[in-house]
Amino acid sequence: MALDSVKRAQETPEERQPYAELGMKDDEYQRVREILGRRPTGSELAIYSVMWSEHCSYKSSKVHLRQFGTKAPESEALLVGMGENAGVVDVGDGWAATFKIESHNHPSYVEPHQGAATGVGGIVRDIMSMGARPVAVMDSLRFGGADQPDTRRVLPGVVEGISHYGNCLGLPNIGGEVVFDPCYIGNPLVNALCVGLLRKDQIKLATAPGPGNKVVLFGARTGADGIGGASVLASATFEDESQAKRPAVQVGDPFMEKLLIECCLELYQADVVVGIQDLGAAGVSCATTELAAKGTGGMRVDLNLVPLRDPSLRPEEILMSESQERMMAVVTPDDIPAFMAICDKWDVPATVIGEVTDSGRLVMTWDGEVIVDIPPGTAADEGPVYERPFHEPAGQAALNADGPERLPRPADLRETLLTLLGSPNLGSKEWVTSQYDRYVRGNTVLAQPADAGMLRISEAMPGAEETTRGIALATDGNGRYARLDPYSGAQLALSEAYRNVAVTGAKPLAVTNCLNFGSPEDPEVMWQFSEAVRGLADACRTLGVPVTGGNVSFYNQTGSTAINPTPVIGVLGVIDDVARRVRSGFPEAGLRVLLLGETREEFGGSEWAHVVHGHLGGLPPQVNLEAERALAAVLAEAAARGLLEGSHDLSDGGLAIALAEACLSRGVGCTVTLPGDDAFTDLFSESAARALVCVRPDAFDAFAELCVRHEVPCSGLGLTGGDALVVEGVLDVPVAELREAHTSALPRVFG
Amino acid sequence: MSAARVGVVTFPGTLDDQDAARAVRLAGAEAVPLWHADHDLKGVDAVFLPGGFSYGDYLRCGAISRFSPLMTELIPAAQAGLPVLGTCNGFQILCEAHLLPGALTRNEGLHYICRDQRIRVESTRTAWTADFADGQEIVLPIKHGEGRYVADAATLVALEGEGRVVFRYAGGNPNGSLNDIAGIANEAGNVVGLMPHPEHAVEDLTGAPSVDGRGFFTSILKRLVNA
Repeated sequence: MALDSVKRAQETPEERQPYAELGMKDDEYQRVREILGRRPTGSELAIYSVMWSEHCSYKSSKVHLRQFGTKAPESEALLVGMGENAGVVDVGDGWAATFKIESHNHPSYVEPHQGAATGVGGIVRDIMSMGARPVAVMDSLRFGGADQPDTRRVLPGVVEGISHYGNCLGLPNIGGEVVFDPCYIGNPLVNALCVGLLRKDQIKLATAPGPGNKVVLFGARTGADGIGGASVLASATFEDESQAKRPAVQVGDPFMEKLLIECCLELYQADVVVGIQDLGAAGVSCATTELAAKGTGGMRVDLNLVPLRDPSLRPEEILMSESQERMMAVVTPDDIPAFMAICDKWDVPATVIGEVTDSGRLVMTWDGEVIVDIPPGTAADEGPVYERPFHEPAGQAALNADGPERLPRPADLRETLLTLLGSPNLGSKEWVTSQYDRYVRGNTVLAQPADAGMLRISEAMPGAEETTRGIALATDGNGRYARLDPYSGAQLALSEAYRNVAVTGAKPLAVTNCLNFGSPEDPEVMWQFSEAVRGLADACRTLGVPVTGGNVSFYNQTGSTAINPTPVIGVLGVIDDVARRVRSGFPEAGLRVLLLGETREEFGGSEWAHVVHGHLGGLPPQVNLEAERALAAVLAEAAARGLLEGSHDLSDGGLAIALAEACLSRGVGCTVTLPGDDAFTDLFSESAARALVCVRPDAFDAFAELCVRHEVPCSGLGLTGGDALVVEGVLDVPVAELREAHTSALPRVFG
Repeated sequence: MSAARVGVVTFPGTLDDQDAARAVRLAGAEAVPLWHADHDLKGVDAVFLPGGFSYGDYLRCGAISRFSPLMTELIPAAQAGLPVLGTCNGFQILCEAHLLPGALTRNEGLHYICRDQRIRVESTRTAWTADFADGQEIVLPIKHGEGRYVADAATLVALEGEGRVVFRYAGGNPNGSLNDIAGIANEAGNVVGLMPHPEHAVEDLTGAPSVDGRGFFTSILKRLVNA
């Protein structure tokens, strides 16, 4: 077909264009025509359609996400906030950490292995582009019911994809979640988190300043990956069905990504990078428009220079290709030789494809003809913004009224414990996590099944300043709580991640989030979204932890049925002396077992209601942010003073599950007496702001004093020891029997 | 006396080089970085080939690495007695380079496995195991997808008969290795390859819940000092 140049676009103003096929609305297309004063070329249409997509422009979520900024708490730790590739926080001693969580839900359903693998690859490049060395990954995974046939297709593929890609990259996988619920059967959630470390003065930003500076594309060659709908632009006419559709799912090469990591770190060390951006969704379109928009404002690119894996690609396809393992850097002309030498050392192909200008225009050529000539900010920053209508779902009041009070209480609490402990959501996740390398790089202090992952900072980058500090990370989410009340559901997810970081002895510092919802065009889903964002922003302010970035994933629905709203929250914390970290189980006999926090009768959305009764109704547990804050303060101080021998968060399944997990950790049992008058509530309620700790008898007074000072309720339960979990007068289960129930949960389904 | 110098090799895709260098340093030796593309062993006293996915494991694990410039130097040096330890991908490379017999194939269960594994020390007559006791059980992490040791019957008989099976899995064979073999040595005992990772078991704070990996480094350092 004829090349659709700017000149041709001016000459054929009325040519029909396939904007609707590319997901653009009539008024969006009209706006592009107004911006350009003519119809867009095919290449320009490619750029605008993808940059203004929900995924890239956040057009439905933007008006809500602003609260993360307007309600942000004062934080001295925040170095780079939302809007960059990832947020950066100060972790002390000249070090900074950058972290972010992102979804790869839809690709992981279509092609579980590659979908999940490229999810890891993408988030790792986001972290690299901040100037950091990626140091660990985590994955928050949600699947349909464990016994549903499609889960047996999706889960093994997703785990294998993460395992293969992450292990080949040499990044330890230190935590995350695996959750099953039938609501995810057609929409699994694959949320990948990466954390990186860098020196505070070495932060890189996605910007292209300085006219005359060169634009370098480096990493893998560009192929037809992930072009999806863009192929319509390249076919002879868009009615032409003969042209095969290009594949929509990208394929990853972790070996190239590992080379890219080492190559980038050497480039940063040599100080030959002015600005850098990874190529993710929307590939070259996104990287060029965003770099140019944040820099001097202009850029000239010769698309013929993009190295191709498939020489038949048309410019529209090159612009939209989502080929993996690619980065774009802005480099001064003087530094180009040094830049190229480092890429060459790591066998990373690198090509100068253009340069920065002060024209205020992004201009691209193909075969010498201008095919793109746009103000880059209009694509990158000035996309459409929608105030989508929202209202409370029709059945919400009835759902909230159908509380768990009507459910019959169990007669045999021993059996209830074993049933829950052997259920897919509470059973051991070793079937999954044993496929991940948790040791590589040698800085893993805590990894799954610990409440939070923890890393030593000091040896993360050779030659950098010594420090005793460490970072801790946890992710949490609970779709059932959020379905019952999205406002408090989001707050409970944050509370749990915050608490999981706190029980290790670390101080929570900052938040990332992955907001997984159904269609924003459904006002009931939009209500869930707006409530969850409002809840999260309010809670972040109260807890003093700013949101540094994240990702929104909409359209997680099959037909008109959306998933449970699932905000997944990641919290990063810092511990001053990593050697003081606290592990989650009972390490030895003779320790006092204590329950911190207040237990109420709270079973709405609980694991017990879910597993035993298949019930979802009522209200989730009460949120108590002040109590979370006080609990975290107690745990941090107790850890720093060496008062804690073990510390474990109470969440799904309540005290019973926490006790069982603490016994299983190193095979040390315990004998406890319940503090309340209702054993069922004491054992299985899911009240928030609670933790189970164990202390040496000689440390008890000091610890109790600390609890009094912070007004954290502390109940003595009993002592560690023996080879059974004994709850006086209620149940007595040998640790071996607990272990059998716990470890057989997933192998029973997945082999 | 200057510290012993142990080379740590980095191929494209090597992952555990930082860990290997740290373990060498913690043992009191100097870790000398060796680059795959150099024809230069930098006069080191011993060499550590760490784990990873060199060259992306393309073709076969270790199959491309064995042809690297550095390996063309290392192979004759090892044949002449230079102590060499290969862990995981390093073990695979040593087999591909024919410094050790046999091959490592896909785990029996077809899954990658990362776990803390009990290992029995079967030979203390190598350069890297003299500081252990014969029959001693140690705990080291394993983390691999292709660690199933295979060799023809005659090779297995020779390895067993000559006491060259250095490590055996205890408490369950994780990958289907023949004779539960976790690691082997060459005839002279200077070249040892094993799937488990001693470099991830040298510190209390990090890695596996054991410091049994230290024995490899104390063994080689004593040998180098006494040489």
